[in-house]
Amino acid sequence: MIALLLRDLRLSVRAGGGFGLGLAFFLIVTALVPFGVGPEAAILAPIAPGILWVGALLACLLSLDRIFQLDFEDGTLDLLATAPIPMEGAVVMKAVAHWLTTGLPLVIAAPVFGGLLNMPPEGFLWIMGSLALGTPALSMIGAFGAALTVGLKRGGLLLSLLVLPLYIPTLIFGAEAAARGMAGFEAMTPMLMVAGITLGSIALLPFAAAAALRINLR
Amino acid sequence: MDDARIKQGRDGWNWLWAWANPVKFMEISGWLLPWATGIAVVTLAVGLVWGFFFTPEAARFGSSVKIIYVHVPTAMMAINIWVMMLVASLIWLIRRHHVSALAAKAAALVGVVMTLAALITGAVWGQPMWGTWWAWDPRLTSFLVLFLFYLGYMALWAAIEDPDTAADLTSVLAIVGSVFALLSRYAVNFWNQGLHQGASLSLDAEENVSDVYWQPLVICLVGFVALFVALLLVRTRTEVRKRRLHALQMRERMADA
Repeated sequence: MIALLLRDLRLSVRAGGGFGLGLAFFLIVTALVPFGVGPEAAILAPIAPGILWVGALLACLLSLDRIFQLDFEDGTLDLLATAPIPMEGAVVMKAVAHWLTTGLPLVIAAPVFGGLLNMPPEGFLWIMGSLALGTPALSMIGAFGAALTVGLKRGGLLLSLLVLPLYIPTLIFGAEAAARGMAGFEAMTPMLMVAGITLGSIALLPFAAAAALRINLR
Repeated sequence: MDDARIKQGRDGWNWLWAWANPVKFMEISGWLLPWATGIAVVTLAVGLVWGFFFTPEAARFGSSVKIIYVHVPTAMMAINIWVMMLVASLIWLIRRHHVSALAAKAAALVGVVMTLAALITGAVWGQPMWGTWWAWDPRLTSFLVLFLFYLGYMALWAAIEDPDTAADLTSVLAIVGSVFALLSRYAVNFWNQGLHQGASLSLDAEENVSDVYWQPLVICLVGFVALFVALLLVRTRTEVRKRRLHALQMRERMADA
């Protein structure tokens, strides 16, 4: 399983697929917002956590169809299905690889982009924390969506449509936690909810995703 | 003895599982369909006419209050149809009865129309009541999420060619989607507590509505349930026939080759 993880990471870095793409998209979203709503700090600062969360979510969405598609096309997925590791484990590793290449860079870069949006420094830790807790759930949910649509020719848009409603709870709690933390309010409750969604997703969705993959490989 | 008991248990449920046999299903549903349609037409006609023309206008809301006869039943059905699809999906995954999967597929379109109707009638009602077509209120938002779920479900059905694969995948989606739909419900509650929640929206039939409106509303509720049953039967029968037609075409093609 570790070998699978390392392979996926190496592929995404070397083959020019995905790594950095999410980050670039994140930059585009954050850079466009001030042009859209105006550069006043008084407007930008309060909405910064929400913008960063929406940006992170869209960046995740952009790279989802990479999770299984290439492996499905070149037959690696069939080999994985017959490999001695359970399908669920392979799904988790795929999601982890996706998170390491998409989610983690977003978490680390969040303060920089927060600075672009005039986010006060008190909010940096909160946005990093909420993203760090929430993006694994985005990757896991995305892996489930990708597993559902892996056999389809043009599954990209459908994948977005399927995953979008599933992302909403994570987005609401994540953005709420960051916004409350930045404003100095009690933010532990939404933070714990995000953690709960992430843990629940990691506990349950691998089974659903593996089931979907098996059906698609049948 | 155990075998006997199991057999007896199974026989006890035979009336239900008989629906799973397509031939039996066509038989039973063909008999049931005119009844469901009749009940739907009669109750809807009585309920809506009574509601629209023979109830007084509410002092505070004026005549716009009468939209509850469409709004409340469609909203109720929007949720219940998803639950029905969830149950049908589970039956398909566990016992692999094709009619069950087809019924879930058939229900989705009715469900999405009900959700849309609830959203639109809500907007039409909300405009004079709150002065806005749309508010990011927990109930409204969760219905929008439900609408997205229906769209995704139907899109997935439409995107996959092999019917059994499609049934499997949409069933998995229905189950996961239900969990997240529940989660969304609580999430939006939390997210926007007490910002927009207009009092008129908590117009729960049992609590706020006086008797004058209550009786036609119940009739309308029954009417919408019957309407759903009728539409579901029609659409499921169509799906079964489509499947048969497909099988016949395949057989013909095989014979030609």
